[in-house]
Amino acid sequence: MNAIVSPIGRERLVIIGNGMVGHHGIEQLVERGATGRYEVHVFGEERQRAYDRVHLSEYFGGRDAESLAMCEADYYARHGIHAHLGVQVLEIDRERCEVVTTEGRHSYDKLILATGSYPFVPPIAGAEGNSRLVYRTLDDLDAIRAAAQGARRGVVVGGGLLGLEAANALKSLGLEAHVVEFAPRLMPVQLDAEGGAALKARIEALGVGVHLSRATQEIAIGEAYAYRMNFQDGDFLETDLIVFSAGIRPQDALARAAGLELGARGGVAVDNDCRTSDPAIYAIGECAAWNGSVFGLVAPGYSMARTVAAQLAGEAHAPFTGADMSTKLKLLGVDVGSIGDAQGATLGSKSYRFIDEARASYRRLVVSPDGKTVIGAVLVGDNSYYDTLLQYAQNGIKLPAEPSGLILPAGEGAPALGADALPDTATICSCHNVTKGAVCCQVDAGVTDLGELKAATKAGTGCGGCAALLKQVFEHELSARGVEVDKSLCEHFAYTRQELYGIVRVEGIKRFDELLAKHGRGHVGCDICKPAVGSILASCWNQPITDPALIPLQDTNDTFMANMQKNGTYSIVPRIAGGEITPDKLIVLGEVAKKYDLYTKITGGQRIDLFGAQLHQLPDIWGELIAAGFETGHAYGKSLRTVKSCVGSTWCRYGVQDSVGMALFLENRYKGLRAPHKIKFAVSGCTRECAEAQSKDVGVIATDKGWNLYVAGNGGMRPRHAELLATDLDDDTLVRYIDRFLMFYVRTADRLQRTSVWRESLEGGLDYLKQVVIDDRLSLAAELEAQMQHVVDTYECEWANALKDEEKLKRFRTFVNDARPDPDIHFVKERGQPRPARVSELHLISVTEEVV
Amino acid sequence: MNLPNALRVESRSASAARWYPLCQRADLVANSGVVAWLDGEQVALFHVPDTETGDQVFAIDNKDPKSGANVIGRGLIGQLKGELVIASPLYKQHFRLQDGSCVEYPEQRLRVWPVRLHGEQVEIGLD
Repeated sequence: MNAIVSPIGRERLVIIGNGMVGHHGIEQLVERGATGRYEVHVFGEERQRAYDRVHLSEYFGGRDAESLAMCEADYYARHGIHAHLGVQVLEIDRERCEVVTTEGRHSYDKLILATGSYPFVPPIAGAEGNSRLVYRTLDDLDAIRAAAQGARRGVVVGGGLLGLEAANALKSLGLEAHVVEFAPRLMPVQLDAEGGAALKARIEALGVGVHLSRATQEIAIGEAYAYRMNFQDGDFLETDLIVFSAGIRPQDALARAAGLELGARGGVAVDNDCRTSDPAIYAIGECAAWNGSVFGLVAPGYSMARTVAAQLAGEAHAPFTGADMSTKLKLLGVDVGSIGDAQGATLGSKSYRFIDEARASYRRLVVSPDGKTVIGAVLVGDNSYYDTLLQYAQNGIKLPAEPSGLILPAGEGAPALGADALPDTATICSCHNVTKGAVCCQVDAGVTDLGELKAATKAGTGCGGCAALLKQVFEHELSARGVEVDKSLCEHFAYTRQELYGIVRVEGIKRFDELLAKHGRGHVGCDICKPAVGSILASCWNQPITDPALIPLQDTNDTFMANMQKNGTYSIVPRIAGGEITPDKLIVLGEVAKKYDLYTKITGGQRIDLFGAQLHQLPDIWGELIAAGFETGHAYGKSLRTVKSCVGSTWCRYGVQDSVGMALFLENRYKGLRAPHKIKFAVSGCTRECAEAQSKDVGVIATDKGWNLYVAGNGGMRPRHAELLATDLDDDTLVRYIDRFLMFYVRTADRLQRTSVWRESLEGGLDYLKQVVIDDRLSLAAELEAQMQHVVDTYECEWANALKDEEKLKRFRTFVNDARPDPDIHFVKERGQPRPARVSELHLISVTEEVV
Repeated sequence: MNLPNALRVESRSASAARWYPLCQRADLVANSGVVAWLDGEQVALFHVPDTETGDQVFAIDNKDPKSGANVIGRGLIGQLKGELVIASPLYKQHFRLQDGSCVEYPEQRLRVWPVRLHGEQVEIGLD
């Protein structure tokens, strides 16, 4: 018997499919308050709740299923949604209005099909097991990962959008990746011939093999690899695994069996309300065919979900009348954009083309026969032109007198269409259908913070592609209303950090009071500007931070050169460059920790952290450490922390370079460099990347020809993959590029801005960074290198410096008029080590223990 | 020296009945803080030589009410809207040096003492 009883008047809504679109439908129902009207049951075939399929390849880059999830674990429960995950729907019984699942029968009043699509695998003889993998679900990715164990080469069949994503996934698994495409160019749907050629050149430069106009006839046993793909033209390619990504097919089996009308090329036929031939049943997303077309992007699916949710909520709804298939993405790190009639198929249309064979960049602008509006565009290599072109195309904005200017390289990045030129109806965020008008409404309602705006409208929270445009429109609307976008550092300095850095450099200012007197307000400063200026002074002049004029600027951790913990004690991290340590030094750490009864833990940066030292103990502890040859690890500073490394070619059978040697060299070069925020490095000895360099601010990965340099990655709260800046560098060039990159960051970042966030806010993006660091477009390279060399040449261990100076050591007294330690600090033992006592444990500590 | 424990001086402008020597002037650190022991109390001392009203010393409770740790003396001195404040090093909330009130959380308030420089001595006022 079915125990679930619906309250009277509450209809039952069943949703089949818990992908991105199905989930969006639920979110929309919740948002519109429709969960009061309907008891909602959602059935998902996969075990996991809805996850972000658009960013699936990041699963191999370290993201797990949980971080890809579209909502919090308790989202459904919190909103009274009954989620049946890992449950397959076997049949729709339209007569009884029931769905038949592996769990039993469930009745419905309304039914939404959001079953998505499945990968099309062409019938090729011999395709099975590891030669017939697909790329769609997390389970598929697990299968690919398993197949990649011990494999050297992987092939993707299909050179479309998903195929290139899959190739990226194979590459990130450490395989030599190849793409085999039937058509004579990559991404045949979105790109024209020249665009395809530019993309091919870029991708080949990344080491991915591209094989065009190849039809695979059969898959046989290979000689050098597990399989051999025999092509129709007699050629062949051997590989250890094959992933098929040759297009998708709408998952319409349930609808077909239930006798619902289908589209001519598959998919459940729907009208403008997304209603199927059965009025109680809707279909949304990739399983639906509107006007015979299936839309394989997430934005149209979301749009359908909104249309249906509005109807179910009894609200006025916008009909679904097709979707713009314009798209902008980063495939294998290459920018690719396609807008409207990208191939210029419209009769009488004219095109402007820009081809840069040296950089493998290509842009095409397709204009209407009357030459007045943009009807399509192709971009390869630089998507900074995309937002502007899309606005021109979508809003029918009249072209400028010289349309070619829209795709020609400009001095300072791509020309931007002024935010004021956009009509209120212009869509800013297509994932969540947020228009410029909606942004204006929020600004009128008093929103002055971008984060608030995103929370209120969801704009920029889908694919994130509109982030730059959203910020531009938002700031424009703010200033149009007289709200000044204040970029002052604090109330004492009406300058940004970058401006202050410039002033300090140019005027040679070495003291805070001098800077404040000349360029600031007041006599004192505050806890924002003092550490920021302290950091700038250290980056520029590298004088010891404990000097009397500098010490009042430092945050407590820098003042006492240790990391304050919650009970006011400190942790101590000596430098262990590259994570390499002799047994003798390891013993010293153990002995010191034992002598001072310090809680001891290995850090994520291959160092050892000693916790629980009181202020007055720090000089004694450091005296012993320095005597044993240690130096400060700067764990307390906004400065270089560690250079993590794997053992590299010295020990590892896969290593191709001496990663430990390089890590030691880099750590010793950049130690002591103070920056807007902390900086972490890693060096991996081969492409297996055991040092996890791609999650670091600076990541170095060995190749058989030298080093690949990755920059601006991050772990922690906001993980970001580092981006490849340059490949196959020799040692000297590697160091020069890192010098330039770091000093450019130090020079231009905001206070407390990690390299990842800095890079994302850098106008012109990665290409611009490459121009600065590699091509020296700003003619800054020599200056940046010289500035870095100054920091390197003036390095001094801060602890060694302080220990030589009795005056500086006076700071390390718990009480200036009494020798006792802080009587309120209590420890208890846990797992054989001390930890701070909790308030509830204080009564357990006997009074005698407190005596000095 | 045996000093009364439960002192209630709400503002440093209040006149003190008696001045006791606490530490040496040389123990202070300009534009920064140190901590003195006062018979079971911990007093954070901040020396600000260059204010609008000249050379000033402030005495304020060393215990951070949010963490319960004795760390206020290791905070950073600043000026917010003209008022001198100390930022707690753990959770960064600001306390006014003048009266110990908290800028962000009115329920948090630190005790303050009158304090003065007398020759080479730093003296604290107790009633």
